[in-house]
Amino acid sequence: MIMKKTIALLSLTFLVVSAVVLSSAYKVGDTITDFKLKNIDDKLVSLSDFKDSKGYIIVFTCNHCPYAKAYEERIIDLQKKYGKNYPVIAINPNDAVKYPDDSFENMKKRAKEKNFPFVYLHDESQSVAQLFGATKTPHVYLVQKEGVKNVIKYIGAIDNNYQDAKAATEFYVADAIAALEAGKDISLKETKAIGCSIKWKE
Amino acid sequence: MKTFVWWALLTGLISLQGDIEVIKWPTLEEYINKKQGKVKVINFWATWCKPCMEELPYFEQIHRDYKDKNVEVLLVSLDQASMTDKVKASLRKNNITAKVVLLDEVDFNKWINAVDTTWSGSIPATLVISKNNTTKAFYEKQFTQQQLEELIHSLKP
Repeated sequence: MIMKKTIALLSLTFLVVSAVVLSSAYKVGDTITDFKLKNIDDKLVSLSDFKDSKGYIIVFTCNHCPYAKAYEERIIDLQKKYGKNYPVIAINPNDAVKYPDDSFENMKKRAKEKNFPFVYLHDESQSVAQLFGATKTPHVYLVQKEGVKNVIKYIGAIDNNYQDAKAATEFYVADAIAALEAGKDISLKETKAIGCSIKWKE
Repeated sequence: MKTFVWWALLTGLISLQGDIEVIKWPTLEEYINKKQGKVKVINFWATWCKPCMEELPYFEQIHRDYKDKNVEVLLVSLDQASMTDKVKASLRKNNITAKVVLLDEVDFNKWINAVDTTWSGSIPATLVISKNNTTKAFYEKQFTQQQLEELIHSLKP
């Protein structure tokens, strides 16, 4: 009985600790720290490399997740449409040991198959995903440059229908960029969507 | 008439899902808010979600051990409504006898916060509601069997 209580207490402690970890995640309005991750061309990429951009569309995504796959074309479209000013920075944070589909080699393969027009970075240590507090794929962070700062303006989904792009009626990322471009307040700064949990290393 | 029935079946006008009911958010919301003398354990899962499939048998075990002890398990599939056959096959394979519904709602932002404001949207996720809705606890994580058993036990259902 005491044993069971101890376990219950331990699991409770675990849950409280996880909640604290989650709450340290980036929020809208936060300034983010730059990072350096390996792209599928084996070169290291940082946000500061995009000198002429106005911001970034940072997307935590991966190869295996059905939601990530469902949004692949739409992520490509975001790059085509907004990439000049807001380049897509796709980041795969998943543990390739648990999910071999998400290995660096398979990222290269997927990028080639789908002709990704954006950088696709490997967050092998998962430190960037942890820093952001990303929890799932796909998980979008729209960032705007404000002087030397990179400030988060929107966190969430791309639109409101993962199954069918044509049936979507709200275009969260596109609307947020339009608002930034017009110097207006973004009406929906945060949205929620079901996604695949990020596969953390044991 | 026969043609009409087939057409209706194909277009989903008549639901023949067998043991899976395809529901919309208001139905689930009503269930979440309904006060009853039982603990409600509501697990959000999908067939393609590996960690979900790993923990599904633990929820089934809770259902079997506690169904006569005031605990109700509801497994909410977030698979596409067009994939009920796959869901049913998966349930058969895993000998799931707990109640399963398929939540056919793709406009996620409209209901995730209503389940729990702390839910970022990843699955597996589980909502545990005490008898008569006095307390709610939400877990955006994969349970081990021991963690789940301890949690249900601690609720003294």
